[in-house]
Amino acid sequence: MKMSFPIASDDFVQAGEASSKIKRILKQIGIPSGIIRRVSIAVYESEMNIVIHASDGEITLSVSADGIDIISSDQGPGIADLELAMQEGYSTASEEVRRQGFGAGMGLPNIKKSCDQLNIESELGKGTTLTMHFNLTESEV
Amino acid sequence: MSEYFHSVRLDKSKCIGCTNCIKRCPTEAIRVRDGKAHILEERCIDCGECIRVCPEHAKYAITDTFEMLRKFKYRLAIPAPSLFGQFAGKLSDIEIIATLKMLGFDEVLEVALGADYVSMAYRKYFQRQDVLRPAISSACPALVRLIQVRFPTLIPHIIPIESPMEITAYLAKKEFAEKQNIALTEVGVFFISPCPAKVTAVRQPVASSTYVDGIISISEIYGLIIRNHSKLRHFPELLKTSRPRASSGGLRWARPGGESIGFSNNISHVQVQGIDHIIKVLEQVEMGKLRNVDFLELQACPGGCLGGPLTVENPFVARVYLNQMANDRTETAGITAEEFQGIEDSGALYFNADIKARQIMRLDEDIAKALEKVEKVENLTQSLPGLDCGACGSPTCRALAEDIVQGLANRTYCTIELRSDVRKLAERMLEFAQHLPPTMEKKTQEAKKDEDE
Repeated sequence: MKMSFPIASDDFVQAGEASSKIKRILKQIGIPSGIIRRVSIAVYESEMNIVIHASDGEITLSVSADGIDIISSDQGPGIADLELAMQEGYSTASEEVRRQGFGAGMGLPNIKKSCDQLNIESELGKGTTLTMHFNLTESEV
Repeated sequence: MSEYFHSVRLDKSKCIGCTNCIKRCPTEAIRVRDGKAHILEERCIDCGECIRVCPEHAKYAITDTFEMLRKFKYRLAIPAPSLFGQFAGKLSDIEIIATLKMLGFDEVLEVALGADYVSMAYRKYFQRQDVLRPAISSACPALVRLIQVRFPTLIPHIIPIESPMEITAYLAKKEFAEKQNIALTEVGVFFISPCPAKVTAVRQPVASSTYVDGIISISEIYGLIIRNHSKLRHFPELLKTSRPRASSGGLRWARPGGESIGFSNNISHVQVQGIDHIIKVLEQVEMGKLRNVDFLELQACPGGCLGGPLTVENPFVARVYLNQMANDRTETAGITAEEFQGIEDSGALYFNADIKARQIMRLDEDIAKALEKVEKVENLTQSLPGLDCGACGSPTCRALAEDIVQGLANRTYCTIELRSDVRKLAERMLEFAQHLPPTMEKKTQEAKKDEDE
């Protein structure tokens, strides 16, 4: 099963909707709570990254017996220094965005903590694609 | 007994099958079928939203009646703090307590005193190192059930401390039995309640056993108090023995913000009332937001417990009277460290079982089948009109799609689609009428000619 959700840049009001919709679907499938919680956090942080940094993007959910895969791809500036971006507290968000309480530099670190496998492909001036995998084997309830 | 007990019921003779309640229900637990509302037991959380919204008053909450008092040799009343805001400031707290005694209760202990204990327990809870933030208050039974049903991932955030009602019931029973030197079983404790979910909480506790034996609604006892309080002049001694013991803070638990009064400034708290708002906040918590908030005070009813479906006075008006009464009380209940320790050691203060998730959203027990169903639901939802009108008897187009996939509804239930089908049929008929078969055309033309002449 595969589903896509478009994410609009600068739309702080709608940010979180993809996460809510994905959460609802996973609950309907009967995915264990602990996994849903982690997916929900990872999707929300990805949404926020697109809203804050990129011009437009899309989040895709696919579920199979192997697990849950989330792909977040955007047409954005790309990540200049991936190692720095993975550090907690490092952020390239604008001063205005940070004053609103966003862009605390926890997005990518939180995503990494939440999923079982993370792959980041990024090209400067083109965009970033995150591929996140969540195992379904654990018995979290 | 069936798997779920519910306080909220439907009076079928009053239900006209309108769709007001299905649209308001926060867990999509109501469908209209055969012209009447049906409550889906496994989904209902007894919040009472449908009671509030039903224009026909067909929804009601079952509570116990005064008759039940006769089952016990001794009877204790534990009134919710919200009771004290119901009398337009015309009755003092002492008069309210004394009137309850006159009505047949051997002793009265305010639930506000239990709230004082719970405030102390909450403060102590935040000294622990393993608190999952934001910690969610457990006092509102509809809210705890909402989390079980819609936000099971947040169950570990619920503070595992009993409600003020439970603590008060334990205290009242123990104190009275000790004083009279009698067995606990001879004493019946009756909670005077603003809330149908509390009835359910007593009949079917989520994480413990209960010391409450019966529940009487504020709306039922209100009339008795109004009619009888003037007879107090014949019982002057009752007024002398009816001093309230709870603090101003305990009393204020009935209103929004009341649960957070006892916290010092270093405990950050957010207060939310009304199920719609609460759902939005809990969605955010699930996404990992609000980690910097220590305490979430959530009350399902707008106006807090003062806005409970079983109250009489408007919650915003009642709040003024409650505040006036609280202003005359002391700020602390004078509970000693030994007294608190006693309750803590008794085990009555903490949940003695885990809260379990209620998997109502899952479409199938088999994940592979559930996956298929999710796809079907998605496709069906896309093909339905998306007006969420409720005329089909399901609350939204998506809910109808789910019902269809689960075999509980039929696509023809959609009246909008039916209308468009009728239109297409009418267009077909018109087309048929305009194009006669070639064998008929000439005859018709001749007939028309005759008519014209």
